[in-house]
Amino acid sequence: MSEQGRGVWGLGRGSERKHPKQRKYWRTAFVLALFATAVFAAEQVLEGDPVSSDPLGPGLRGTAPLHEEPQAPRMARVENFDIRRGRAYTSQPPTIPHAIEKYEITRNVNFCMYCHARVRHEQSQAPMVSATHYMDREHNYLAEISPRRYFCTQCHVVQTDAKPLVGNEFLDVHTLLEQERASQDDAGGKRRRARETPR
Amino acid sequence: MKIKDRAREWWRTLSRPSRHLSLGFLTLGGFIGGILFWGGFNTALEATNTEEFCVSCHEMRDNTFAELRATIHYSNRSGVRATCPDCHVPHEWTHKIARKMQASKEVWGKIFGRIDTREKFLAHRLELAKHEWARLEANDSLECRNCHAYRFMDWTRQILRAVQVHSVALEGNEYTCIDCHKGIAHRLPDMEGIPMLFGAPLERDVGRNSFRRESFMSE
Repeated sequence: MSEQGRGVWGLGRGSERKHPKQRKYWRTAFVLALFATAVFAAEQVLEGDPVSSDPLGPGLRGTAPLHEEPQAPRMARVENFDIRRGRAYTSQPPTIPHAIEKYEITRNVNFCMYCHARVRHEQSQAPMVSATHYMDREHNYLAEISPRRYFCTQCHVVQTDAKPLVGNEFLDVHTLLEQERASQDDAGGKRRRARETPR
Repeated sequence: MKIKDRAREWWRTLSRPSRHLSLGFLTLGGFIGGILFWGGFNTALEATNTEEFCVSCHEMRDNTFAELRATIHYSNRSGVRATCPDCHVPHEWTHKIARKMQASKEVWGKIFGRIDTREKFLAHRLELAKHEWARLEANDSLECRNCHAYRFMDWTRQILRAVQVHSVALEGNEYTCIDCHKGIAHRLPDMEGIPMLFGAPLERDVGRNSFRRESFMSE
């Protein structure tokens, strides 16, 4: 066979059995199909066909087309109500219910401890940092906050009024227990009722 | 005694009535000269009392001014802001002149480069801060109170924590703004042993000592 008969990439040994013209037709069709797919995809992206109708999804840029700069959402405000929030689970570090914008936590000074330290909380009436924060890693109590707990904002954070970007199905353990109890009661009640009803 | 003779001659000239110049000329000339001198003096004084003047030195521009820019006294929702002299120079004239005379030492420091690097500035930060704290403690935080008047604070617009502290601490004139609000516009120096919040000196430096003592630095 001639050079022509070597297939699209010059590799097609099996194609030698087919007529050259037939092969050429398939090659053209393949390239055309590829091109059409690319154009269609590009159009989809440029037109911003929404994956979901959620204004926040599918990503941070929302449904805005790639070639347009969407208007950024307003920056969320830090909640500053001074009212303690609940905790979702026992070991959750409590969130900070006030603004801490200019509170320095540096080698020079730890602003938080001016109110939350053991020696200060009576005067400030702020909650004292828990006793674990005065322990070193061998569980010895120190006079002052342990260096490993020094940087408060590693665990404790402020909350803003921003809406959650994604949903979540977290349930408090008590809710779970109650649900379980309720379903058991329900089942138990059914059984009891079944027993009590005369056959 | 040549100097003594010359002094005597000057005194004679000054103490006698003028021979060539009229009283009118001298009076009016003195008046106009006075205006020019006073105007020039005041203009120069005010020129040194601007933020542009302060940040014309890199010591202020790169350290204290750079820190101020991140605070509410520089940028806030209503755009009212404090410039360097609003807080650091008394507004009243006598005190202003007194502060300006003190500032001659700062000129000296500038000339001999006492804080002309970041390291030198950090090394001196505590000393410099202490000067300002002492000044504000002595004048009952006058520069704060030029804008922030206790009597006009609306408790309903303050958060609970602030109401509790302000209504107790400021009412009795026991404490003054700077007792709690150190570092309001600049970063703080090493605060070891510095009284802070409620004005009460701490028995120990809260939290920070242990950090230094126990941290990796000591190993």
